[in-house]
Amino acid sequence: MSDGLALAAALVILAATLAAAVSRARYMSEAVAAGGGAVALVAVGAIGLDRAGDALRTLAPTVGFLAALLLIAEGARREGLFEALGAVMARGSRGSPRRLLAFVVLVAAAVTALLSLDATIILLTPIVFATATRMRTRPRPHVYACAHLANSASLLLPVSNLTNLLAFHASRLSFARFAALMALPTLGVVLVEWIVLRRFFAADLGRPRRSSAQPARPRLPRFALAVLALTLAGFALSSVLGIAPVWVAIAGAVALNGPALASRSANPVALVRTIEPGFLVFILGLGVVVATASANGLASGVRDVLPVGTSLPDLLAIAALSAVLANLVNNLPATLILIPVAVAGGPGAVLAMLIGVNIGPNLTYAGSLATLLWRRALRAEDSDVQLGVFVRLGALTVPAALVTATVLLWLCLQV
Amino acid sequence: MRALIWIVEDTWQATVAEAAAHLPADADVTLLHVADAEAEGVVSAARHALLGRPHGAPRAGVDPLPAISAQAAQELLAEALSSLGRPAKLEARRGRIEREVVAAAEGMDLLVLARDGERERLGPRSLGPPARFVVDHTPCSVLLIWPDDAPALATIPAPPGGGAAPPPPASR
Repeated sequence: MSDGLALAAALVILAATLAAAVSRARYMSEAVAAGGGAVALVAVGAIGLDRAGDALRTLAPTVGFLAALLLIAEGARREGLFEALGAVMARGSRGSPRRLLAFVVLVAAAVTALLSLDATIILLTPIVFATATRMRTRPRPHVYACAHLANSASLLLPVSNLTNLLAFHASRLSFARFAALMALPTLGVVLVEWIVLRRFFAADLGRPRRSSAQPARPRLPRFALAVLALTLAGFALSSVLGIAPVWVAIAGAVALNGPALASRSANPVALVRTIEPGFLVFILGLGVVVATASANGLASGVRDVLPVGTSLPDLLAIAALSAVLANLVNNLPATLILIPVAVAGGPGAVLAMLIGVNIGPNLTYAGSLATLLWRRALRAEDSDVQLGVFVRLGALTVPAALVTATVLLWLCLQV
Repeated sequence: MRALIWIVEDTWQATVAEAAAHLPADADVTLLHVADAEAEGVVSAARHALLGRPHGAPRAGVDPLPAISAQAAQELLAEALSSLGRPAKLEARRGRIEREVVAAAEGMDLLVLARDGERERLGPRSLGPPARFVVDHTPCSVLLIWPDDAPALATIPAPPGGGAAPPPPASR
């Protein structure tokens, strides 16, 4: 098959996969679209079996890592970590909505960094909603804070976002080095978010509540916290000990779920469901589809546009272009498309790319601008969300956060 | 007289107290609370934004949000009723707050509500967008109360183009 035809086939399948994922159509799941598309591309010879195998071999550790992280988050939920965090926030904020927002920003950043953006969105945000509602303060600023921090605080660790995991293996950085380079950028972005959120929702946060009953003292799940602390320490020391971080994650997942499985307080079928097998197939399929496109001309096209230097203007351009691409095709495909090119520019270019694809989705609530427009066209949008509020908030935070994070990354790369 | 009292989480005590002080004894009173569907919408929109993840029912072990807000609203309305100290109908709605309030005010003679804006910035922003919308569109008279003490006259700035310098704003 000619390169041009193979590229066209891969792009059509990529578009169909995204359409399936974005439209949430019942008749075609995104896993079937991505997996079936990958098989079709191999069958018609758009990508050789060996190259498809290479793509799968590169992705397999990432997918295993992701499954372990999902299990860690589920174990932490079962042990009551998120309820405890809700109680800590309610008690610590002593009736003040401003103080609650500060707690939400801190807790959402910490949960995102350690347990990934999925945990913040799926497990923490409902708890934050419940906490704010029961405290009788308006939940709006606090859930917006969670939605934003889940993306923007996901810079810190390789485990904070699937995009980071995908790039982490390619970047050849150690876990500790990745975290060290991303620490200041994350701090800067969290500060930008907090300052903007406080001002943006000033009217919702203005009035401290005359506190009524003091919320109950939280019962911290000591076992879960100890496992999480040990897992984090294991991640940090993984390169010194010569262990791949994925094994640390697996050990954490076993420690948090093994006892519950043995005592039958956790259901094995439900556990399998928490690792989201369809999602894992989706990533593997997407990886093969994007690899086909990259091998047949997409990568050289991206190479013409994306700078690969480590000067500040180059890093800013990488972050900005990555944010734009994330808004065109969503951040997972964007990351897969950009990795092969960014890797040539070294760790600085890879991390600047991650800043773009992680922060960029905050421009809208839908993950990407294209998704939003598509859903609105299909009338599948979430009609209760006021688009104007989210877009204005995104316009205020995303450019400032991108520039802050990239400048701080550049500074960290100089030492 | 049919009166609607719109109560909001952070200002309901003042609203109920003012309503109790000003409404005639024979008024037919309804207490209204509106749960904000926007916040719930953001939670589910953020979940749907996760590309490729399953998008069925919320995960087990996570309470459905409408149930949480419905329970909180019932508790708030019950507390407001006992603090009002007279019989009143209770109405709990959910949706876009300002639109639900205006819809509930149909057929009423008076709506009682509290300012929801920034107390530190007297001017257009002392009314937040929901109260602004309600004041503009409610099909009846409105009693707009200060959730805290009413501001002193000294908070009014000097007229533009001369006069004495404005006094410093009262600190809170």
